[in-house]
Amino acid sequence: MSDKPKFAMYWAASCGGCEIAVLNIHEKILDVDANFDVVFWPVAMDAKYKDVEAMEDGSILLTLFNGGIRNDENEHIAKLLRRKSKLLVAFGSCANEGCIPGLANLSPVGEIVTTAFNTVSTDNPNQIYPRTSFDTPEGEIHIPTLYPRLKTLDQVVDVDYYMPGCPPESHQIAAVIDLVVQVLQGKAQLPPKGAVIGAGTSTVCDECKRTRHVKTITSFKRIFGQPIDPSLCLLEQGIPCNGIATRDGCNARCPSAGAQCIGCYGPAEGVVDYGARLITGFASVIESNDPDQIDRILDGIPDPTGQFYRFNLAGSLMKAGVSAWKKEKV
Amino acid sequence: MEKIGVYVCHCGTNIAGMVDVQQVAEWAAAKLQRRGVVIGRDYKFMCSSLGQELIEKDIKELGLTRVVVAACSPHLHENTFRTACKRAGLNPYLCELVSIREQVSWVHTDKDQATAKSMAVVSGGVERVIHHAPLEPMKVSIHPDTLVVGGGIAGIQAALEIADAGYKVYLVEREPSIGGHMAQFDKTFPTLDCAACILTPKMVSVGTHPNIELLTWSEVEKVDGYVGNFAVTIRKRARDVDTSLCTGCGICWEKCPKKVVDDKFEAGMGMRKAVYTPFAQAVPKYPVIDRPNCTYYIKGTCKACEKFCPTNAIKFNQEDEVITVNVGNIILATGYDTFDAKRIAQYGYGRLPNVVTSLEFERLCNAAGPTNGEILLKDGKTKPKAVGIVHCVGSRDKHYNEYCSVICCMQGLKFAHLVHERTGAEVYNFYIDMRTPFKGYEEFYQRVLEEGTHFIRGKVAEINNAPRTKEEEGKLIVQVEDTLVGVQMRIPLDMVILSVALEPRHDAKETAHRFGLSCSADGWFIEKHPKLDPVATMTEGILIAGCVQGPKDIPATVSQGAAAAARALGKIHAKEIALEPFRASVNEEQCSGCRICNGLCPFNAILFHEDRMVTEINGALCQGCGTCVAACPAGAISGTGFSNEQVLAQIEGLLLMNIGEEALA
Repeated sequence: MSDKPKFAMYWAASCGGCEIAVLNIHEKILDVDANFDVVFWPVAMDAKYKDVEAMEDGSILLTLFNGGIRNDENEHIAKLLRRKSKLLVAFGSCANEGCIPGLANLSPVGEIVTTAFNTVSTDNPNQIYPRTSFDTPEGEIHIPTLYPRLKTLDQVVDVDYYMPGCPPESHQIAAVIDLVVQVLQGKAQLPPKGAVIGAGTSTVCDECKRTRHVKTITSFKRIFGQPIDPSLCLLEQGIPCNGIATRDGCNARCPSAGAQCIGCYGPAEGVVDYGARLITGFASVIESNDPDQIDRILDGIPDPTGQFYRFNLAGSLMKAGVSAWKKEKV
Repeated sequence: MEKIGVYVCHCGTNIAGMVDVQQVAEWAAAKLQRRGVVIGRDYKFMCSSLGQELIEKDIKELGLTRVVVAACSPHLHENTFRTACKRAGLNPYLCELVSIREQVSWVHTDKDQATAKSMAVVSGGVERVIHHAPLEPMKVSIHPDTLVVGGGIAGIQAALEIADAGYKVYLVEREPSIGGHMAQFDKTFPTLDCAACILTPKMVSVGTHPNIELLTWSEVEKVDGYVGNFAVTIRKRARDVDTSLCTGCGICWEKCPKKVVDDKFEAGMGMRKAVYTPFAQAVPKYPVIDRPNCTYYIKGTCKACEKFCPTNAIKFNQEDEVITVNVGNIILATGYDTFDAKRIAQYGYGRLPNVVTSLEFERLCNAAGPTNGEILLKDGKTKPKAVGIVHCVGSRDKHYNEYCSVICCMQGLKFAHLVHERTGAEVYNFYIDMRTPFKGYEEFYQRVLEEGTHFIRGKVAEINNAPRTKEEEGKLIVQVEDTLVGVQMRIPLDMVILSVALEPRHDAKETAHRFGLSCSADGWFIEKHPKLDPVATMTEGILIAGCVQGPKDIPATVSQGAAAAARALGKIHAKEIALEPFRASVNEEQCSGCRICNGLCPFNAILFHEDRMVTEINGALCQGCGTCVAACPAGAISGTGFSNEQVLAQIEGLLLMNIGEEALA
């Protein structure tokens, strides 16, 4: 084994897009190899959990952890990697704020399992559902147990840095890797613990080139079906663009391409609850004092949870669609 | 670690009757010790000087760095306790008042639960106060000029009080003359003074006062600024008369060939011309041209007024003039509208010619009115032999307005007297309850009783003209139950007067919005405190007087006009005012210039820098209302006293018993 600093990357409840994004940094990936000894990266190389367990605590310099904590396996590995790593980075939207898997927090586990194993697209005539443990002649075997709700990484373990995005933009990943390499070479310093890295401090509007005026909204529209002014702020045209509350760092990719921001970079620096901020932001510029008309305007947002909490439900103040007064048994 | 003192008030039995205050104080001292609470006390009246001294003593002797008082609403005593802290050398803004009276003891019925909730509220206050920072109030100067909006008796009184004290007043009135509703009345109850005789001298004083700039036929369009420094945009509508040339001789309206039904001043009972002053003693004396009704504006010819004007004062196609005035205080005295009696179809108003409203009757019996004060039926010649007066038309009625319109009982008695005196007719008063509470009112009631007026206690069910007997033929029949006798009655009458409710102005909501005020559910403007601050509003520097705040009679209206003037004069004399240091500010790093907030500020304190694409808040204009703080989607705007840390800490404190102490930072 070389004496290069050790690097690990793990996926918990996620889609795998974050790994692709890391590979998408092109030749910069060679810098990773040149400067790090990759000790654990299930999607890219073979390794066993016991190998990690055998490592000395704190022996991994940098771990990029993507995915939310959905089951006991996720939690076990999160805690394991926390112990073994000097720097644990919540990498990508799922680890930061729950992302799409976090939307399942609106449903109880039973419903999630039913949906996954018994829908129109799943042929399950014998109503077979997974069990978490099963006795075989060779002994009892286990699969991970789903938790009542998905948690973000920092709701389970201490996190050193946060890198948002679904997935994080390649140029931002490259910049972060550059920074870590420079720190290793003594040419730069790490940001303070708890900082958001690989992103800006303002909102997507800061990077958006569209022109903006004082806003008033008289109706919400979909992106298709009517002409969209290519140079004017989408929100001013009634397109529910989430850029106003979303952290910058993506170069306003979606609005530049003519699509509204859906918020994958998560809450901006000063935002505590992303969805709540968006709701008050939108509501503030709805141009009507007539309750019925306001209702009609709001009907233009057919899926409020998807609009306001698509990426952030598990990381929001609410965290889940459960009563706050019931004690959870996690 | 902060040293926090917790003080729980009994408020006599107001709080202590429903909350175990001693237990709350002891709990705070014991359980919140690790959060920094060093002392917990309860006291009978925390707001008394002895209660305040308790706090002051602890600050000095225990070295408290934060104070939490659990008592009434901050509206009442926040200032009391802040001042106590200040006297003891602690920055007043390091004191937090949490309400366990309005929000706990007054709204709960279970003592155990109310006590538990009080503990939660105290815990929230403790967590919040930890995040407070010492603040200094901001001092701003007070512009000595005052704007009075509305030229009725309330506005007139207010304007004269201030002008007589030597300060400039702008008096804005949207009609061509000041005078308001009072100018329409004949006599005033209970003294039966002639309304014009007591009002017109005041109107003349307003018109000639060197300190009053009278802006009639004008409306306020926009209000910028804040207490002490308002900039008010006023539209002076074109009169089509050059007031520097006009002598008010009246030749123009004599010569004007166009007659128009006067539905404002004459309440539809009389006619006026297309160029007119509303009444003979109008102030100012200059007429206006009613463009929609003027033959010249309709057909392009006529100009009789211009031809005959001896001073060439008629100027067709004059343009509106928009002016901006700077004032320190604003008094709103925009008055009331009357209830539309057509809404009660069974009373036949609008369908039965001799059913009239109270305002119409005022014109009918006014010596300067369309009949020269003769009380006549619609035919213009017959004196009525029997007249009914229906009280509470549109008032005290769940279908229309639940409130009492205050003036109708006395007005009904006044009408009864006038009808008696002038026609000798039989008079019937149909009332629900007779309310004659003020000076000389009960005596007037007795006088009218002695005059032989019939009083029937019952709500009129219907007024119709369908006779059942010979005596009822050609009469109005009032169907009513006399609830004191318990019999249904049909009373044939010649004339019925409907005492219509006073209602908020039809555009009261827009006016409230323009001046940054709130309306009650009924639509009356809300005063700062219903008993102790009836002419102030929640917007500092904006005062209200008269019926704009709720129905009232002339003496009460005049008192309010004078009271509002006194409040304004107090501020003018003080020359400057300390404003709460609660301000919003923008973190420019986080502001992306999305412009969501740009159109929201009610005080126009938000400016946008196009070049840098960031928003800035003018601290002098900002009133700390928090609208932009809530709206900013980037969380780039924060408000002093209401930071995320403070609000979230308070919530965590409230939930202490649910989330456990270890969850607190």
